[in-house]
Amino acid sequence: MKLEVKNLVKKFNSIIAVKNISFEIKKNKTLGLLGPNGCGKTTSIGMMLGLIAPSSGEILIDGIYLEPKNRIKLLSEMNFASPYIELPKKLTVKQNLEIYARLYGVKNISERVSEMAEDLNLKNFFNKKTGELSSGQKNRVSLAKSLINKPRLLFLDEPTASLDPDIGDFVREYLEKYKKNNEITILLASHNMKEVERLCDSVVMMKKGEIVDKGTCDEIVDKHGRKSLEDTFLKIARSHNELE
Amino acid sequence: MNWNKIFALSLRHIYLIKGSFPRILDLIYWPTIQIFLWGFISKFFTLSSSFYENTVGIILSAAILYDFLFRSSISYNMMFLEEIWSRNFTNLFIAPIKISEIIAALTFTAIFRTLIGLIPASLIAIPLFGVSIFKIGLPLIFLLTTLYIFGVTLGLLVTAGLVRFGPSFENIAWASLFFLAPLGCIYYPIEILPYWLQIIAGLLPLVHIFEEMRNILIYDIVDVYQILKATLISFVYFILGIIVFYWSYDGAKERGTLINMGE
Repeated sequence: MKLEVKNLVKKFNSIIAVKNISFEIKKNKTLGLLGPNGCGKTTSIGMMLGLIAPSSGEILIDGIYLEPKNRIKLLSEMNFASPYIELPKKLTVKQNLEIYARLYGVKNISERVSEMAEDLNLKNFFNKKTGELSSGQKNRVSLAKSLINKPRLLFLDEPTASLDPDIGDFVREYLEKYKKNNEITILLASHNMKEVERLCDSVVMMKKGEIVDKGTCDEIVDKHGRKSLEDTFLKIARSHNELE
Repeated sequence: MNWNKIFALSLRHIYLIKGSFPRILDLIYWPTIQIFLWGFISKFFTLSSSFYENTVGIILSAAILYDFLFRSSISYNMMFLEEIWSRNFTNLFIAPIKISEIIAALTFTAIFRTLIGLIPASLIAIPLFGVSIFKIGLPLIFLLTTLYIFGVTLGLLVTAGLVRFGPSFENIAWASLFFLAPLGCIYYPIEILPYWLQIIAGLLPLVHIFEEMRNILIYDIVDVYQILKATLISFVYFILGIIVFYWSYDGAKERGTLINMGE
């Protein structure tokens, strides 16, 4: 799916959280959405998921406007995972995945749920309550939920935050493999620059609600004369001595 | 409306109840305590004064019906609060579900939670106090349906507040029914209220439901007009509740409160 964001603005009373941002993600590509805390990433993702109403601007998914009348149709092709949202803690992993499979209208529910459990190594705690899992296990369950409907557009908000290096690497490797074998467009918001370099085809850098740069990782690093994306991020985030 | 999605949303709450004995116990505990409390109070009145003769049945029946209303409203709120407490709220609102499907699922599922509490309490009242709510007969179905619609409406209005203002609105969830109880004329006739309050109370379905309950139990008269009036008023409030919920949802999208809503 192709995602186009055109002149998107979000105002909360007098505060402008997102200032006229425009970018696009081509079909089956991964875009990294980067920026310091409070730069408007979550608000932008919220608008792209239909959770927040833009003050102005347009969001098009495969040429279809994201607006109330198209909401159900588009959402059934999309999904989202974030460590800041969870699945019902008192339900087992299996129950949660089955419920979300039904909500997304998945056909052959048992088959798809088993497939996800196999792929993401959930079998050992499949019948355990989600609230009793470690953060690494929860993270994999959350990823399984976000892929349950085989989304063609996936939003990931810091998918490896608070994970140990081993599990973090497992998740990144899984995403790489999944991308290779499936038609999927991904928007990845992350503070882990190594992860962005590994997974993303291009990046958009945001600061104070605006896009301050965009391009491939190499292009941005070269443009700012830095050695790595991490250095470039720091340069942009700290420019004008403005700590937010 | 997609019934498979409504079923999935209901299933989430059925799993939750089924998987937790303390939750089932909690649902049964409070209505049963109410029955014991009101049963003994009214029995004392009956024994101590001839004026209160035969009041046990009326007061206890009113207590059961009021509890049914209370539980239906609280069940509705609780199911929605569960989504906020478990931080599942965002997952739910990015799933391809219509708002009408969420409302329908909560409306249908609240009945399970309500009946888990009501049935044991109603059955206990029979041997313990010789009072059977089922003596009301066929009109009981209509009275319960009307109460349920109004209970769900109150739940819907509180839920709309939760969507619009976030979890801080939670306290209102618990207070909403106590606010209306004095005007509902649950345990006393409407004539007890000052005239100006009678006018306001008449706008609520509760007055008509509980007046009708007393009519049936005391005079053995069924006033179909009163039942219809109560049902109609409840439906009007229910439609109003749906409108308010949609309005709140739009407001929440404007304010950005649907994302990352949690405890």
